[in-house]
Amino acid sequence: MAHEAVLVERAPAHPRRRGSHYLMPALFLTPATILILLFFLLPVITTIGLSLTDISTLTFRQPKWVGVANYRELLGDPFLGKIMANTARYVFLTLLFNVGMGLLLALLTTSVRERYGGQVRALWLLPRILPPVVYVFIWQGLTLEAPFGLVSDVLGVSRNWISASPWTVIILANGMVGASFGMLIFTSAIRAIPPDLFYAAAVDGATTLQTVRRVVLPLLRWPIMFVTAYQTLSLLTSFEYILLLTNGGPGFYTTTVWALHAYQLALQNYFGNVQFGLGAAMAAVLVVIGIVVSFLYLRIFNFRALVAEPKVEVN
Amino acid sequence: MPLLPPRWRLTLIVLAALCVPIASGVVWLFLTGTFDRVHGLIPVRSPSLDNWRFLWQSVGGRPPVHVAIVNSLVFAVLVASLEVVIASMAAYAISRMSFPGRRLYLGFVLVLHAFPAVSLIIAIFYILRLLGLFDTLTGVILVKAALELPLGIWLMKGFFDTLSWEMEMAALVDGMSRWRLFWKVAMPLVRPGLLALGTFALLSAWGEFILPYTLIVSSQRTLMSSYLQTFLTEGYSDFGMVAAVGVVYALPVVAIFLVGQRYLLNIYGGGVKG
Repeated sequence: MAHEAVLVERAPAHPRRRGSHYLMPALFLTPATILILLFFLLPVITTIGLSLTDISTLTFRQPKWVGVANYRELLGDPFLGKIMANTARYVFLTLLFNVGMGLLLALLTTSVRERYGGQVRALWLLPRILPPVVYVFIWQGLTLEAPFGLVSDVLGVSRNWISASPWTVIILANGMVGASFGMLIFTSAIRAIPPDLFYAAAVDGATTLQTVRRVVLPLLRWPIMFVTAYQTLSLLTSFEYILLLTNGGPGFYTTTVWALHAYQLALQNYFGNVQFGLGAAMAAVLVVIGIVVSFLYLRIFNFRALVAEPKVEVN
Repeated sequence: MPLLPPRWRLTLIVLAALCVPIASGVVWLFLTGTFDRVHGLIPVRSPSLDNWRFLWQSVGGRPPVHVAIVNSLVFAVLVASLEVVIASMAAYAISRMSFPGRRLYLGFVLVLHAFPAVSLIIAIFYILRLLGLFDTLTGVILVKAALELPLGIWLMKGFFDTLSWEMEMAALVDGMSRWRLFWKVAMPLVRPGLLALGTFALLSAWGEFILPYTLIVSSQRTLMSSYLQTFLTEGYSDFGMVAAVGVVYALPVVAIFLVGQRYLLNIYGGGVKG
């Protein structure tokens, strides 16, 4: 009762102001909008802009427009084919490991008591949350020659495994970070399957493997597609672990992928003059792919439902 | 799955085997940091205090480690605070207010969430130089917070969406402003979301490598990631000391990991990197 009295008394004292329709949302959105404009929108335009200039260490202050010369130079680069093949190999094999291991972990951890399953999932999260430099250092230590490196000790072959088989190490190191993403999404998808389906399968005499193949996997089709799509894009542009593990080596372009090469051209001056414009051209290709694919995802993964009007509304 | 398979014990053994590589990596780091020499996972010499000498003396022209630790702490705390506050404000507006272009804004945020921001690093380098923020902690803090905003906004919007509207309505009718209501009513109610995003942002900023590596050059402003990285490139022989640096750097992460597992499992489902 007292509450109502307050309502009646106060409500007329605060008539809704017209301007507040825009003012309040603007106030709340301004900081985020400024940061997004400065560090997302502007960089997209800048990447494309820089890729059309001859900007380098020598011409950093006064770059000249050169049109598509950078792109032409890229196409003429004899190592471009090698880099593209490396990129395809890296994305495809890492993806295979990510999704496969994620699925395996999700299926296995939901097939034991939750106490154990949860602990295993938590442990598999560690590669993702450990600082990447520490994570890579651990890989370096484990892959040393005998008697120091555990891998050499276990296999009985003394090698520096990062130099001996760089691709295997890169794919495993990236894959163990990436697997947790699929693992978590698949786990919640498996949990969301109605229990009745499992009981029905059991009553029909299905074995565990049959249940997994005929009941669980068909229902996971959509999450698997989502994880695959999402990780393809992020792997295509990621280079952090390769930079730390091999920096494209050993030797010439052995493990150089597209994103790493763009970074090296623009920001690492191993070859003397930094070719900022050329690096920007390589990055621009990734940026355009990124934009197109992100829009595609939204079309495919049910955009309308995600941006539905708020249920409760005033103003 | 609701029915445990008949051979769940076998499953458990397979799972344990899958955990061996990760567990041995972590164990290796701690052993190598502690002992003078380690073969595989077996210490062959006594514990060594010498491994920890980087704590009281600077090593090979590097700045003292406490500089890097303090910088990293400042960096992580400021990034996390900025990210949580700014993302919450934007998320609140998107979740609770009706304004022209709302759908467009939200769609934009979602596209950015899927967009791989690391591909922008070359342009960001250039922009920070134009702004005079290159080689400053301020610059990297703003960039790191900005690049994670789409994730933060999306996550917090989910939390604000679940709040009951009646309470806010009552506060509004009582004459509370939207601004005060956001801070006094809405924010305390989404505490789990703030904690989740805060923890995530803290860990992510603490570990961040590429941005500070690219955007900071002065050794006085170096972060722990770059400090440790300088040891990885130079054909170092003293694995024990580098591992000890790694232990110091990873310790807060492992601590947060042990305390906040449950929050973490929820948020990493949202996905940030490959």
